[in-house]
Amino acid sequence: MSEGGETSSMQTVRFTVNGREVEPRVHAMSRLLDVLREELGLTGTKEGCGEGECGACSVLIDGELVNSCLVPVAQVAGAQITTIEGVAHDGELHPVQRAFVEHGGAQCGICTPGMVMAAVALLAHTPRPSEEQIRTGLAGNLCRCTGYMKIFDAVAAAGSAGDEAKR
Amino acid sequence: MALIGKPVPRKEGRAKVTGAARYVDDLRRDGMLYGTTVRSPVARGRIRGVHFGDGIPWEEIVVVTVKDVPGKNCITLILEDQPCLADGVVNHPEEPVLLLAHADRYLLEEARRSVTLEIDELPAVFDLEESLAATTVIWGEDNVFKSYLVEKGNVDDAWPQADVVLERTYSTGAQEQLYIEPQGVIAEANPHDGVTVWGSLQCPYYVHKALVPLFALPKDKVRVVQTETGGGFGGKEEYPSMIGAHAALLAWKSGRPVKMIYDRAEDMVATTKRHPSRTRIRSAATREGTLLALDFDFAIDGGAYATLSSVVLSRGTIHAGGPYDCPNVRVRSRAVATNAPPHGAFRGFGAPQSIFAMECHLDELAAELGITPEEIRRRNFIEKGDTLAVGQVVKEHVDLPALLDSAFAMTGYREKRERFAREAAAAPRVRKGIGFASFMHGAGFTGSGEEYLASIVGVDATADGQVRVRVASTEIGQGTNTILAQIAAEALGLPYDQVEVAQPDTANVPNSGPTVASRTTMVVGKLVEGAALALRAKLVEHRLLPDAAAGGYSPDDFRAACARYHERLGPLEAMTQYHPPPGIRWDDEKYQGDAYGAYAWAVYVAEVSVDTLTCETTVDDFVAVQEVGRVIHPVLAAGQIEGGVAQGIGWALYENVVWERGRMVNAQMTNYIIPTAADVPPIRVAFAEQPYAGGPGGAKGIGELPMDGPAPAIVNAIAHATGVRVRHVPVTPEAMMAALDEAAGAGAEEEAPLLAG
Repeated sequence: MSEGGETSSMQTVRFTVNGREVEPRVHAMSRLLDVLREELGLTGTKEGCGEGECGACSVLIDGELVNSCLVPVAQVAGAQITTIEGVAHDGELHPVQRAFVEHGGAQCGICTPGMVMAAVALLAHTPRPSEEQIRTGLAGNLCRCTGYMKIFDAVAAAGSAGDEAKR
Repeated sequence: MALIGKPVPRKEGRAKVTGAARYVDDLRRDGMLYGTTVRSPVARGRIRGVHFGDGIPWEEIVVVTVKDVPGKNCITLILEDQPCLADGVVNHPEEPVLLLAHADRYLLEEARRSVTLEIDELPAVFDLEESLAATTVIWGEDNVFKSYLVEKGNVDDAWPQADVVLERTYSTGAQEQLYIEPQGVIAEANPHDGVTVWGSLQCPYYVHKALVPLFALPKDKVRVVQTETGGGFGGKEEYPSMIGAHAALLAWKSGRPVKMIYDRAEDMVATTKRHPSRTRIRSAATREGTLLALDFDFAIDGGAYATLSSVVLSRGTIHAGGPYDCPNVRVRSRAVATNAPPHGAFRGFGAPQSIFAMECHLDELAAELGITPEEIRRRNFIEKGDTLAVGQVVKEHVDLPALLDSAFAMTGYREKRERFAREAAAAPRVRKGIGFASFMHGAGFTGSGEEYLASIVGVDATADGQVRVRVASTEIGQGTNTILAQIAAEALGLPYDQVEVAQPDTANVPNSGPTVASRTTMVVGKLVEGAALALRAKLVEHRLLPDAAAGGYSPDDFRAACARYHERLGPLEAMTQYHPPPGIRWDDEKYQGDAYGAYAWAVYVAEVSVDTLTCETTVDDFVAVQEVGRVIHPVLAAGQIEGGVAQGIGWALYENVVWERGRMVNAQMTNYIIPTAADVPPIRVAFAEQPYAGGPGGAKGIGELPMDGPAPAIVNAIAHATGVRVRHVPVTPEAMMAALDEAAGAGAEEEAPLLAG
């Protein structure tokens, strides 16, 4: 974590990130966010507030959308975690990511990884969400650039794209 | 190619949606330390001493004080009044006093908390009116950073002739920019190599300008590089000079790279916000609603140091009179000091404050005259050939009645205006209302500003025909990279993918001016268009490409031409510099003339519900109609408008900075509320397009415009819904409750409020 070096409170925590098993040696109470960014080099997950308000640090833990700034790493032992780096496969963008690019859902981009995770989680539960469901599904992710309209468009389009793909 | 007007993919879109885009906190340097700031706990005082607490290995910690500043201890911007580190006195809460660095940021935080500053407090001023009264002087001779007087005709001649004279006072609160990426930089610095700062910032050359005197270095020994930036909105216009200077001082002293990233609380409590304002308007009109005089007393609270307040005041002053033709206008304006952290740039830059007052006032004046808000505006709308308050004759196309018609058609305004008034008569718990605002926003620096900036851009092409736009203008989410690539590609007749925009790096790009003032597309874009055309002309001149008359060329022809040019003549590059368009004149002394090259014009309509029990206001629908010249990229342009409208809704209803002795006490996202996905109404955007000859492909500026309209449109809609006029934003439920209670109390004595349209 730092040049402060290893102390007695450090321990190895095993979990899976984007399909890869990892076992960082960290303080048990380290925030998952910091472990992802600093120990595992997964800097796509962002910190916007550090208090669970903005959702920029959203990841999926066993498929559930969670603010990684609020999770002590010890709590994810044995869990499957998906970060923004695990959403595209073999360079192929996820329909949500493609829709965000096409519909202007990303402006400055700092909320985008979290917003994409929230949209992926929403569509996993509700493949074709209503506008109300999109609004509720994204209500924990703040964006200061877009006014949300283009994000709603992107999520709606990704939802229908999923439908198309299934046909 | 016809790229102008096409929604090409955002240049850095893929990197942003995959998490691959690297923001400053995603970067590391070998041997890097973290930096932090020890700040003043009080608003104003003399520093008597510093106590370093026990139990901290201070010998390991880098400590920088004002004595470690190699050059001038000041953040150079306009006036040189703001120190980089406090030198014996502090003038606002959270003013930087000491800097600390260590490799272990947890130990560093403990160290910061263990430092105690011993300060003898001095009398402080926290209120704009108190500052204007100057009973306690905290800055200069009278607390006034800057004042302006703009006069057209003579308002004093108008009062006796008027059928109605109305005087009202309006005010607006501070607003936090709340970009989701906090302020942050990495610095490397030593006497041999000089200073390099990488960071989240809007204006690389502003930071450069501040670092040169601070370190007493030659200009070529200071380098500033913009990293991917997670939002700015003005908040990263001037403040990055401060945090950049701090990290650089720690790097200079330690000889190690230093990363400094604010957490959200520090960012909110210590950095700039929108200037709070107070506007007193006295207006005169005929019975029919023709404006005879407008007299403004406009004041903004600048905080403890001058920073950009004079320029914010200027824009607010010029925009005060709005898009109306009034024969007699006077605007007296002042920016004053208080012992709060300096207020600074935020989208709109003074204009939203004075426009809020004017657009509310027009509705009040209409009510006083017994005419509709629509009627008073239609009677007074500016037309081509009319003269604005600053003496600028409007030479460009303007058709506000058409924008009004279009906005009303999109909302069903007239029908709703009548229906909501009828429904309110039954006094339901939830009252609905509809209101609007009409306004303008000037693009580019004010007056002779662009001439002084004398911006330069470069466009070059490699031997294999890849074109690169070199500008200091930054991508901060608004789409700079995409738009400038579109403009250059269009001018060169090349595909969009054959053009890239270089990373803004003062060692590598010319100074195309700051990324502010809705100037990037219109002013910098025009220069990019010119440089691209000049680059092509070089190839034509050397007979490597056919000239325009001889017909087109393919991207491969262009590549071949570039290869031959490099072979025979060396690097291929063209630069252009700004020169004012012909016929533009501005008098800085009298503050008269062509204030802006072009204005965007707009009519925004808001539909609201006010719950008279909880006193919450909800915006149910929002329509934004504007004329912005030619739209270069319809998706990005609409995205700018929608984002600005959401910020305007936040400013109008939710975003309440709570002050205690000059310090923001709700510096958390938990209790400083911005609109969420669940709060925003449908925001419907329409563009009327009238190409402007001074902009690339006919474009005008757009970025700040959408901040101006929402607050007055919403407050006018609230008045329509409730019959109660509030004159301050934000209209929090608490404020609405007080206003409703007051009206209920007064209602016993006065006539029932006028509800009908």
